[in-house]
Amino acid sequence: MRGCVRPSRLIALGLAFALAGVTARADTAPARVVSINLCTDQLAMMLAAPEQLVSISDLAADPHSSAMAQEARGYRINHGGAEEVYLLDPDLVLAGAYSDPATVAMLRRVGLRVVQFDTARSLADTRDHIARMAEVLDREEAGAALISRFDARLDALRSADTRHSAALYHPNGYSLGAGTLSDGILRAAGLMNVARSLGLRGGGTVALERLVMAAPDLLIRAAPLPGASRSEAVMSHPALTALITETANMRITSPDWICGTPHVLDAVETLVTAREGLE
Amino acid sequence: MRPLALTLSALVAVLFVVSLTVGPAGIGARDGLAALILGGDGPEPLVMREIRLPRALLGVMIGASLGLSGAALQGYLRNPLAEPGLIGVSGSAALGAVLAIHTGLAAATTLALPMAALAGAGTGVLLILMLAGPRGGSITLILAGIAISALAASLTSLVLNLSPNPYAASEIVFWMMGSLADRSMTHVWLALPLMLAGGAALLTLGRGLDALTLGEDAAEAMGLRLARVRLTLVLGTAAMVGAAVAVAGAIGFVGLVVPHLLRPLVGARPSRILWASVLGGAAMVLAADIAVRLVLPERDLKLGVLTAIVGAPLFLHLIYKTRGAQA
Repeated sequence: MRGCVRPSRLIALGLAFALAGVTARADTAPARVVSINLCTDQLAMMLAAPEQLVSISDLAADPHSSAMAQEARGYRINHGGAEEVYLLDPDLVLAGAYSDPATVAMLRRVGLRVVQFDTARSLADTRDHIARMAEVLDREEAGAALISRFDARLDALRSADTRHSAALYHPNGYSLGAGTLSDGILRAAGLMNVARSLGLRGGGTVALERLVMAAPDLLIRAAPLPGASRSEAVMSHPALTALITETANMRITSPDWICGTPHVLDAVETLVTAREGLE
Repeated sequence: MRPLALTLSALVAVLFVVSLTVGPAGIGARDGLAALILGGDGPEPLVMREIRLPRALLGVMIGASLGLSGAALQGYLRNPLAEPGLIGVSGSAALGAVLAIHTGLAAATTLALPMAALAGAGTGVLLILMLAGPRGGSITLILAGIAISALAASLTSLVLNLSPNPYAASEIVFWMMGSLADRSMTHVWLALPLMLAGGAALLTLGRGLDALTLGEDAAEAMGLRLARVRLTLVLGTAAMVGAAVAVAGAIGFVGLVVPHLLRPLVGARPSRILWASVLGGAAMVLAADIAVRLVLPERDLKLGVLTAIVGAPLFLHLIYKTRGAQA
């Protein structure tokens, strides 16, 4: 390895340049912002000045995915393609960390400023994302106000009661464990996440028999989607049906669960009500 | 012959019990079996009766179906390469099942799913018999199988890609590779009648297939009605493979490996290989399903992946061996 530059150094160097670039260009408020990611769409809608946000992604208008489908009607919709975004003539593009890398690279190559937001993995991340969005939109005051409302509401919802357990169970037996936004929502609502107790980190499958053995008090599933699929068939497995009729209460997730925005507190509030109903 | 039957039955019984005791829930073998038989409170009886029992039963049923279908097809075509998965019968059955699910037929009537898979499998068998012909050599058979499999697989993918449900597309893997994860007693009852009927039909073919080893003319001279044998074969194979694929996807190579392994033990007479393949197939699928749960317990490794890892090298070996005969 002697004579080679260590990869970690290169990354650090790259990061330093990238950060310098961002601070250098963030002096003036962006006037035409285009967002191509469901979560940045929603944060931008909450924080942008009137006329500042030009276009949001098509998912933001989809009531299955977006907690702000109503608000999204007032905006021009894009489909996240590089050509489409470029023609909107933005001076700032908001994208997710997992937005199509080819699109992001292309937009950067044609000289657009692209800011990517990582996936929120906790309620603390949500707070950070609000602050960062406020910063890149040059709307720090609106951001600070939103964060203080978020903190106050979260404090009001927190409770010392942690006797009840809950599990997320989605099609294909997919569940969410430690280090996910959903886990943060469950814990903020005073519920013990069964998937976390079973050792799941991030998202992954939980075998149906382990779920049945853990016997959660509350079972939370995704809303059924149009069309048939055998992935969703596991939700009507007799063992799961028995679990629901015998011990568990059933709740259905909403778009509030998807993105790190203040809407996660709506999800927390729904869960707190459900938990109090378990007494 | 008798000792082999006993040995194979014992093997299936042991594997069946092992299959019941293996699982991520970490229930002790004795506790689990007690909960299965005696019931009781708590979640154990639920896990044992609703999750593990159907899985083990389906392992036996599907293995027996695939083993027997493979042996019957090989006997009729007099070709050791014939296997429901390889010649496109399983793929066609999967297409039938996928069509039933995604047109909403399966939700409307319970029987639509296995019947559609049966229709698909039947079409597959008919096509292969038409294309390969009664005297078709290995190359014709395999080429026809490749074409039918490819067509069925692409149409299956098309149907799944067109579905408005975002999960549908990811289910292509299930239909191509098969799995027994999270099946229930519903699936057992759905598949059992068809499998029993198909199995009864195929097991009557023993003498006919024995006669066929002498060649078609000799067999007909002995009073064998070829058209009848062919019809029984098509219907029996379609029922068994269709039912198996409808509940567990296409699990390949079982019908290839099992008769091949048993042939040296029972001799070359197709009638003996038929019943031995019932037990052998059950043992192979049970063993494979135990293995997928032990090797990668958290990942829902597809059953067909494992059977292909065992079966594909054997298939290559068989092709290599039959190469000389073709030339």
